[in-house]
Amino acid sequence: MPIKLTTPISEEEIRKLKVGDEVLLSGTIVTARDQAHKLMVEEKPDFIREYLKDSVIYHCGPVVKKNDDGSWEFVAAGPTTSSREEPYQADVICEYQVRGVIGKGGMGPRTAEGLKKCGAVYFHAVGGAGSLIAKKVIKVKEVFKLEEFGTPEAFWVIEVEDFPVVVTMDSHGNSLHKQILEKSEEKAKELMGLK
Amino acid sequence: MELKEAVLELIRRVATDLPPDIEEALKKAYEREDEGTPAKSVFKTILENVELARKNSTPICQDTGSLIFYIDFPVGHAEKTYREAIEWAAAEATKRQYLRPNAVDPITGKNSGNNIGKNAPYIHFHQWDKDEVRIRLMLKGGGSENVGIQYKLPDSNLKAGRDLQGVKKVIIDAAVKAQGFGCAPGTLGVGIGGDRVTSYALSKEQFFRKLNERNPNPEIAKLEEELYQELNELGIGPMGFGGKTTVLGVHIDAQHRHPATYYVSISYMCWAYRRKFLTIKDGEVTYAD
Repeated sequence: MPIKLTTPISEEEIRKLKVGDEVLLSGTIVTARDQAHKLMVEEKPDFIREYLKDSVIYHCGPVVKKNDDGSWEFVAAGPTTSSREEPYQADVICEYQVRGVIGKGGMGPRTAEGLKKCGAVYFHAVGGAGSLIAKKVIKVKEVFKLEEFGTPEAFWVIEVEDFPVVVTMDSHGNSLHKQILEKSEEKAKELMGLK
Repeated sequence: MELKEAVLELIRRVATDLPPDIEEALKKAYEREDEGTPAKSVFKTILENVELARKNSTPICQDTGSLIFYIDFPVGHAEKTYREAIEWAAAEATKRQYLRPNAVDPITGKNSGNNIGKNAPYIHFHQWDKDEVRIRLMLKGGGSENVGIQYKLPDSNLKAGRDLQGVKKVIIDAAVKAQGFGCAPGTLGVGIGGDRVTSYALSKEQFFRKLNERNPNPEIAKLEEELYQELNELGIGPMGFGGKTTVLGVHIDAQHRHPATYYVSISYMCWAYRRKFLTIKDGEVTYAD
């Protein structure tokens, strides 16, 4: 049975999670990708602080619709490749006390170290499942840097309900991505006759 | 139907509806995985998503990619007519949320907001002697594009020589390197030979082939079949969670090369394999997968 978690999430709660746990996530989270991460590390802006504390960053560049009453709606919103944020992620997690990151593909050793040190996990969502995941976004609460960064790269503060994710990197140094990579590299060597 | 309206409908179909051969392959992949594994639940989510996107006419993936058009047109037609129709259709499709605005000025970093810019959408023009127009479109996401890779044989690290065995080695290497970046299970398009540009072009055009369509050259067809089997033994699985399906297919083609060069270019298409085409004959528009 999936574990249900709602933001804000305490450090104690997040440290209980292990690689392989399926989680249904609810509450307020924030989308951020390349330009947003660069900004958070280089300028440490305060406007996003209250939304990130004990919350979750979602690596996502959504397709968004503006309704006639001026409100926003997510039309498609799957995860983007996380590894591009590898140079920034650990610093962002510790600076803003973030408890989790949702993305796809997993992240590297610097992030793994940050998860351990500051108490956070990496959640994997299904890449490409844009229409389905958008249905889990029940409200768009706020948007920052829309004009400057454009729709895919803005900070979208959203409320999600039962967003399905799997823990693939935990706060104890385990990474499913590292395991699969090592195994597949071994198999590849065998197939190439290099072993 | 007006040309621009026909192109808009093509964009809508490509962004929101997978070709039947791809959907069928994903269903078979779902059947193959063991109960209770993350791989099984990933395929379930993927299939639910495909159905929902089709039903609601919303994008399958939020990364609606770059628009890459291939147009074959009869003698006497002006390229400008097609470019204008495509630009109108791309902007309109963005307004209707079939597309995410994905055209960014590399110098200023500014998103144009409507998928139009210098060389965007990309259009490959080709004049032919038929009296009909064929417009093919693929939408290719950024994650899958980033894992495209070009090898120059021989490659001493991989002990890959200038022959089909060498080609096979670099394709295996590319599949391993793509994990975590392109959304598996993917399809590989491979171009052997040509110069650097035409090699990549050949690799990408393979994505217009149907999954079960083998290269007419029996040696290449054999390599495609072997690689399909062996890459699925890598155990990378959907989304890199481990599993039995790492690729849906491998499409290879070859072209003549300079004696001094031997390029192998590999393009990756994610599971959200979006391609379709339309034909216009005597004013009638027909859509096909």
